[in-house]
Amino acid sequence: MKFLKFLLVGIFFGIVLVKSEAVSWYRIYEMFKFQAFHMYGIIGSAVFLGVLFIWLFKKYRIKSIEGKDIDLLPKDKGVARYILGGTIFGFGWALAGACPGPMYILVGTGVFSMFIVIAAALLGTFTYGLLQKKLPH
Amino acid sequence: MDYILQPWPWYVSGPLIALVMLILVYFGKTFGMSSNLQTLCSMGGAGKFSDYFRLDWKAQRWNLTVVLGAILGGFIATQYLSDGSAIALSAETISDLKELGFNNAGETLLPPEIYSWENVLSLKGIAILVIAGFLVGFGTRYAGGCTSGHAITGLSNLQLPSLIAVIGFFVGGLIMTFFILPLIFGS
Repeated sequence: MKFLKFLLVGIFFGIVLVKSEAVSWYRIYEMFKFQAFHMYGIIGSAVFLGVLFIWLFKKYRIKSIEGKDIDLLPKDKGVARYILGGTIFGFGWALAGACPGPMYILVGTGVFSMFIVIAAALLGTFTYGLLQKKLPH
Repeated sequence: MDYILQPWPWYVSGPLIALVMLILVYFGKTFGMSSNLQTLCSMGGAGKFSDYFRLDWKAQRWNLTVVLGAILGGFIATQYLSDGSAIALSAETISDLKELGFNNAGETLLPPEIYSWENVLSLKGIAILVIAGFLVGFGTRYAGGCTSGHAITGLSNLQLPSLIAVIGFFVGGLIMTFFILPLIFGS
Protein backbone atom coordinates (compact mmCIF):
# COMPACT_ATOMS: atom_id res chain seq x y z
CA MET A 1 0.00 0.00 0.00
CA LYS A 2 2.93 2.33 0.55
CA PHE A 3 3.28 2.49 -3.22
CA LEU A 4 -0.29 3.61 -3.78
CA LYS A 5 0.47 7.27 -3.17
CA PHE A 6 3.24 7.14 -5.77
CA LEU A 7 0.90 5.50 -8.25
CA LEU A 8 -1.59 8.32 -7.70
CA VAL A 9 1.08 11.00 -8.12
CA GLY A 10 2.14 9.31 -11.34
CA ILE A 11 -1.43 9.21 -12.65
CA PHE A 12 -1.85 12.89 -11.83
CA PHE A 13 1.46 13.72 -13.51
CA GLY A 14 0.47 11.80 -16.64
CA ILE A 15 -2.88 13.57 -16.86
CA VAL A 16 -1.33 17.01 -16.36
CA LEU A 17 1.30 16.46 -19.02
CA VAL A 18 -1.24 15.28 -21.58
CA LYS A 19 -3.73 18.04 -20.80
CA SER A 20 -0.97 20.67 -20.92
CA GLU A 21 0.12 19.32 -24.32
CA ALA A 22 3.70 19.25 -23.01
CA VAL A 23 3.89 15.66 -24.29
CA SER A 24 3.31 16.88 -27.83
CA TRP A 25 6.18 16.83 -30.32
CA TYR A 26 4.56 19.87 -31.95
CA ARG A 27 4.69 21.92 -28.75
CA ILE A 28 8.39 21.13 -28.31
CA TYR A 29 9.10 22.18 -31.88
CA GLU A 30 7.11 25.38 -31.36
CA MET A 31 9.04 26.07 -28.15
CA PHE A 32 12.44 25.69 -29.81
CA LYS A 33 11.27 28.00 -32.58
CA PHE A 34 10.14 30.59 -30.00
CA GLN A 35 6.77 30.79 -31.73
CA ALA A 36 4.53 30.54 -28.68
CA PHE A 37 4.67 31.31 -24.99
CA HIS A 38 2.87 28.10 -23.99
CA MET A 39 5.85 25.88 -23.00
CA TYR A 40 7.75 28.79 -21.48
CA GLY A 41 4.70 29.61 -19.41
CA ILE A 42 4.45 26.02 -18.18
CA ILE A 43 8.12 25.65 -17.27
CA GLY A 44 8.40 29.23 -16.00
CA SER A 45 5.39 29.06 -13.70
CA ALA A 46 6.43 25.61 -12.43
CA VAL A 47 9.92 26.84 -11.62
CA PHE A 48 8.65 30.10 -10.07
CA LEU A 49 6.36 28.22 -7.69
CA GLY A 50 9.01 25.55 -7.17
CA VAL A 51 11.58 28.12 -6.05
CA LEU A 52 9.05 29.76 -3.76
CA PHE A 53 7.82 26.60 -2.06
CA ILE A 54 11.22 24.88 -1.76
CA TRP A 55 12.43 28.07 -0.09
CA LEU A 56 9.40 28.03 2.25
CA PHE A 57 9.93 24.32 3.01
CA LYS A 58 13.50 25.07 4.05
CA LYS A 59 12.69 28.30 5.90
CA TYR A 60 10.00 26.66 8.03
CA ARG A 61 11.86 23.34 8.23
CA ILE A 62 8.94 21.40 6.93
CA LYS A 63 9.38 17.68 7.54
CA SER A 64 8.60 15.07 4.96
CA ILE A 65 5.91 12.51 5.80
CA GLU A 66 8.77 10.22 6.81
CA GLY A 67 9.56 12.76 9.53
CA LYS A 68 12.88 13.78 8.03
CA ASP A 69 14.15 17.19 7.06
CA ILE A 70 13.53 18.03 3.46
CA ASP A 71 16.92 18.12 1.87
CA LEU A 72 17.15 18.04 -1.87
CA LEU A 73 20.60 16.73 -2.62
CA PRO A 74 22.73 19.40 -4.26
CA LYS A 75 23.88 18.42 -7.72
CA ASP A 76 27.55 17.49 -8.09
CA LYS A 77 29.82 20.33 -9.10
CA GLY A 78 31.09 20.48 -12.63
CA VAL A 79 30.48 22.05 -15.98
CA ALA A 80 31.50 19.62 -18.72
CA ARG A 81 28.98 16.91 -17.93
CA TYR A 82 26.11 19.38 -17.70
CA ILE A 83 26.82 21.29 -20.86
CA LEU A 84 27.84 18.24 -22.93
CA GLY A 85 25.24 15.86 -21.55
CA GLY A 86 22.63 18.60 -21.68
CA THR A 87 23.37 19.37 -25.32
CA ILE A 88 23.22 15.69 -26.31
CA PHE A 89 19.93 15.42 -24.44
CA GLY A 90 18.68 18.53 -26.25
CA PHE A 91 19.37 16.95 -29.65
CA GLY A 92 17.29 13.95 -28.69
CA TRP A 93 14.56 15.99 -27.04
CA ALA A 94 13.98 18.13 -30.13
CA LEU A 95 14.10 15.12 -32.46
CA ALA A 96 11.88 12.75 -30.47
CA GLY A 97 9.80 15.62 -29.14
CA ALA A 98 9.72 13.76 -25.84
CA CYS A 99 11.87 13.69 -22.75
CA PRO A 100 11.83 10.71 -20.37
CA GLY A 101 8.55 11.57 -18.55
CA PRO A 102 6.51 12.07 -21.71
CA MET A 103 8.01 8.93 -23.27
CA TYR A 104 6.27 6.79 -20.69
CA ILE A 105 3.11 8.86 -20.71
CA LEU A 106 2.80 8.67 -24.49
CA VAL A 107 2.79 4.88 -24.34
CA GLY A 108 -0.33 5.29 -22.21
CA THR A 109 -1.90 7.53 -24.83
CA GLY A 110 -1.60 4.64 -27.26
CA VAL A 111 1.57 5.55 -29.20
CA PHE A 112 3.24 2.15 -29.10
CA SER A 113 6.05 3.10 -31.48
CA MET A 114 7.33 5.00 -28.43
CA PHE A 115 8.57 1.65 -27.10
CA ILE A 116 11.31 1.89 -29.73
CA VAL A 117 12.37 5.28 -28.37
CA ILE A 118 12.32 3.95 -24.80
CA ALA A 119 14.37 0.89 -25.78
CA ALA A 120 16.89 3.16 -27.52
CA ALA A 121 16.98 5.44 -24.46
CA LEU A 122 17.82 2.41 -22.31
CA LEU A 123 20.58 1.53 -24.75
CA GLY A 124 21.84 5.12 -24.51
CA THR A 125 21.83 4.95 -20.72
CA PHE A 126 23.61 1.59 -20.84
CA THR A 127 26.25 3.06 -23.16
CA TYR A 128 26.74 6.00 -20.80
CA GLY A 129 27.25 3.54 -17.95
CA LEU A 130 29.97 1.78 -19.95
CA LEU A 131 31.76 4.99 -20.91
CA GLN A 132 31.18 6.95 -17.70
CA LYS A 133 34.76 6.76 -16.46
CA LYS A 134 36.19 7.84 -19.82
CA LEU A 135 34.00 10.92 -20.26
CA PRO A 136 34.84 14.38 -18.92
CA HIS A 137 32.60 15.30 -16.00
CA MET B 1 -16.47 19.76 -16.97
CA ASP B 2 -15.75 21.54 -20.25
CA TYR B 3 -12.73 23.15 -18.65
CA ILE B 4 -11.31 19.74 -17.82
CA LEU B 5 -11.97 18.29 -21.26
CA GLN B 6 -10.41 21.19 -23.12
CA PRO B 7 -6.61 21.60 -23.24
CA TRP B 8 -5.34 23.19 -20.05
CA PRO B 9 -3.68 26.61 -20.25
CA TRP B 10 -0.08 27.03 -19.14
CA TYR B 11 -1.06 28.88 -15.96
CA VAL B 12 -2.95 25.81 -14.80
CA SER B 13 -0.52 23.15 -16.03
CA GLY B 14 2.69 24.80 -14.82
CA PRO B 15 1.55 25.14 -11.18
CA LEU B 16 0.23 21.56 -11.25
CA ILE B 17 3.65 20.30 -12.39
CA ALA B 18 5.20 22.24 -9.51
CA LEU B 19 2.67 20.51 -7.27
CA VAL B 20 3.81 17.07 -8.50
CA MET B 21 7.40 17.98 -7.68
CA LEU B 22 6.48 19.37 -4.26
CA ILE B 23 4.38 16.33 -3.36
CA LEU B 24 7.26 14.01 -4.20
CA VAL B 25 9.62 16.16 -2.12
CA TYR B 26 7.10 16.09 0.72
CA PHE B 27 7.02 12.30 0.40
CA GLY B 28 10.77 12.38 1.05
CA LYS B 29 11.68 11.68 -2.59
CA THR B 30 12.52 13.77 -5.60
CA PHE B 31 11.09 14.43 -9.04
CA GLY B 32 13.34 12.82 -11.62
CA MET B 33 12.08 10.73 -14.48
CA SER B 34 15.35 9.81 -16.14
CA SER B 35 16.71 7.99 -13.08
CA ASN B 36 14.29 5.25 -14.02
CA LEU B 37 16.36 4.53 -17.12
CA GLN B 38 19.34 3.75 -14.89
CA THR B 39 17.13 1.69 -12.58
CA LEU B 40 15.67 -0.33 -15.45
CA CYS B 41 19.19 -1.07 -16.75
CA SER B 42 20.17 -2.24 -13.26
CA MET B 43 17.15 -4.51 -13.05
CA GLY B 44 18.12 -5.97 -16.39
CA GLY B 45 21.53 -6.96 -15.05
CA ALA B 46 23.64 -4.09 -16.40
CA GLY B 47 25.59 -4.14 -13.11
CA LYS B 48 27.66 -6.95 -14.64
CA PHE B 49 29.12 -4.42 -17.07
CA SER B 50 29.52 -1.20 -15.09
CA ASP B 51 29.56 0.04 -11.52
CA TYR B 52 27.14 2.73 -12.62
CA PHE B 53 24.39 0.13 -12.58
CA ARG B 54 25.37 -1.52 -9.30
CA LEU B 55 22.73 0.05 -7.16
CA ASP B 56 19.92 -1.12 -4.97
CA TRP B 57 17.17 -0.88 -7.53
CA LYS B 58 14.58 -2.01 -5.03
CA ALA B 59 15.05 1.35 -3.31
CA GLN B 60 13.88 2.94 -6.55
CA ARG B 61 10.61 1.01 -6.83
CA TRP B 62 8.68 4.09 -5.74
CA ASN B 63 9.92 5.91 -8.86
CA LEU B 64 9.03 3.01 -11.16
CA THR B 65 5.58 3.18 -9.57
CA VAL B 66 5.37 6.85 -10.56
CA VAL B 67 6.20 5.78 -14.12
CA LEU B 68 3.48 3.14 -14.07
CA GLY B 69 1.05 5.78 -12.84
CA ALA B 70 2.20 8.20 -15.54
CA ILE B 71 1.38 5.61 -18.22
CA LEU B 72 -2.06 5.11 -16.67
CA GLY B 73 -2.48 8.87 -16.47
CA GLY B 74 -1.71 9.18 -20.17
CA PHE B 75 -4.38 6.58 -20.89
CA ILE B 76 -6.98 8.23 -18.64
CA ALA B 77 -6.31 11.70 -20.03
CA THR B 78 -6.73 10.65 -23.66
CA GLN B 79 -9.62 8.22 -23.14
CA TYR B 80 -11.76 10.08 -20.62
CA LEU B 81 -10.56 13.64 -20.22
CA SER B 82 -10.18 14.91 -23.76
CA ASP B 83 -12.63 16.42 -26.18
CA GLY B 84 -10.36 15.75 -29.14
CA SER B 85 -9.67 19.39 -29.82
CA ALA B 86 -6.59 20.07 -31.93
CA ILE B 87 -3.50 21.66 -30.40
CA ALA B 88 -3.71 25.42 -30.85
CA LEU B 89 -0.26 25.84 -32.38
CA SER B 90 0.83 29.20 -33.66
CA ALA B 91 0.19 29.84 -37.34
CA GLU B 92 3.94 30.24 -37.97
CA THR B 93 4.64 26.82 -36.49
CA ILE B 94 2.00 25.20 -38.67
CA SER B 95 3.35 26.85 -41.79
CA ASP B 96 7.01 26.08 -40.92
CA LEU B 97 6.05 22.46 -40.38
CA LYS B 98 4.19 22.31 -43.66
CA GLU B 99 7.40 23.33 -45.40
CA LEU B 100 9.14 20.41 -43.71
CA GLY B 101 6.42 18.07 -44.97
CA PHE B 102 4.38 17.84 -41.79
CA ASN B 103 0.70 18.14 -42.62
CA ASN B 104 -2.21 18.54 -40.18
CA ALA B 105 0.13 19.75 -37.43
CA GLY B 106 -1.57 19.69 -34.05
CA GLU B 107 -4.44 17.37 -34.91
CA THR B 108 -2.74 14.58 -32.99
CA LEU B 109 -0.31 14.72 -30.06
CA LEU B 110 2.52 13.39 -32.18
CA PRO B 111 3.24 13.75 -35.89
CA PRO B 112 2.35 10.61 -37.87
CA GLU B 113 5.26 11.63 -40.13
CA ILE B 114 7.51 10.36 -37.33
CA TYR B 115 5.45 8.02 -35.18
CA SER B 116 3.02 6.17 -37.46
CA TRP B 117 3.98 2.54 -38.03
CA GLU B 118 4.05 3.20 -41.74
CA ASN B 119 6.94 5.62 -41.21
CA VAL B 120 8.53 3.79 -38.32
CA LEU B 121 8.92 0.65 -40.39
CA SER B 122 11.13 2.33 -42.95
CA LEU B 123 14.90 2.52 -42.54
CA LYS B 124 14.83 6.29 -42.14
CA GLY B 125 11.86 6.18 -39.81
CA ILE B 126 13.31 3.65 -37.41
CA ALA B 127 16.70 5.36 -37.51
CA ILE B 128 15.08 8.62 -36.37
CA LEU B 129 13.43 7.01 -33.35
CA VAL B 130 16.46 4.95 -32.37
CA ILE B 131 18.89 7.87 -32.68
CA ALA B 132 16.54 10.24 -30.85
CA GLY B 133 15.96 7.78 -28.02
CA PHE B 134 19.66 6.99 -27.74
CA LEU B 135 20.59 10.67 -27.50
CA VAL B 136 17.96 11.26 -24.82
CA GLY B 137 19.04 8.24 -22.78
CA PHE B 138 22.76 8.95 -23.10
CA GLY B 139 22.52 12.70 -22.66
CA THR B 140 20.20 12.70 -19.69
CA ARG B 141 22.33 10.31 -17.66
CA TYR B 142 25.52 12.10 -18.65
CA ALA B 143 23.94 15.37 -17.50
CA GLY B 144 22.52 13.66 -14.41
CA GLY B 145 18.92 14.61 -15.06
CA CYS B 146 16.30 15.64 -17.58
CA THR B 147 13.54 18.19 -17.73
CA SER B 148 12.03 17.06 -14.42
CA GLY B 149 15.29 16.65 -12.49
CA HIS B 150 17.14 19.70 -13.78
CA ALA B 151 14.68 22.15 -15.35
CA ILE B 152 11.99 21.78 -12.67
CA THR B 153 13.57 20.38 -9.50
CA GLY B 154 17.16 21.59 -9.91
CA LEU B 155 16.20 25.13 -10.86
CA SER B 156 13.64 25.23 -8.03
CA ASN B 157 16.47 24.34 -5.69
CA LEU B 158 18.65 27.06 -7.27
CA GLN B 159 21.27 24.62 -8.49
CA LEU B 160 23.85 26.15 -10.84
CA PRO B 161 24.61 22.75 -12.43
CA SER B 162 20.95 22.48 -13.37
CA LEU B 163 21.03 25.88 -15.01
CA ILE B 164 24.08 24.81 -17.03
CA ALA B 165 22.27 21.60 -18.01
CA VAL B 166 19.15 23.51 -19.08
CA ILE B 167 21.32 25.81 -21.20
CA GLY B 168 22.73 22.64 -22.76
CA PHE B 169 19.18 21.33 -23.39
CA PHE B 170 18.49 24.50 -25.36
CA VAL B 171 21.80 24.53 -27.23
CA GLY B 172 21.08 20.99 -28.44
CA GLY B 173 17.39 21.60 -29.03
CA LEU B 174 17.96 24.77 -31.04
CA ILE B 175 20.67 23.21 -33.22
CA MET B 176 18.40 20.23 -33.88
CA THR B 177 15.32 22.34 -34.61
CA PHE B 178 16.92 25.04 -36.74
CA PHE B 179 19.64 23.12 -38.57
CA ILE B 180 19.19 19.36 -38.41
CA LEU B 181 15.41 18.84 -38.68
CA PRO B 182 15.39 20.72 -42.02
CA LEU B 183 18.12 18.36 -43.27
CA ILE B 184 16.19 15.29 -42.15
CA PHE B 185 12.71 16.30 -43.28
CA GLY B 186 13.15 19.14 -45.77
CA SER B 187 13.09 18.19 -49.41
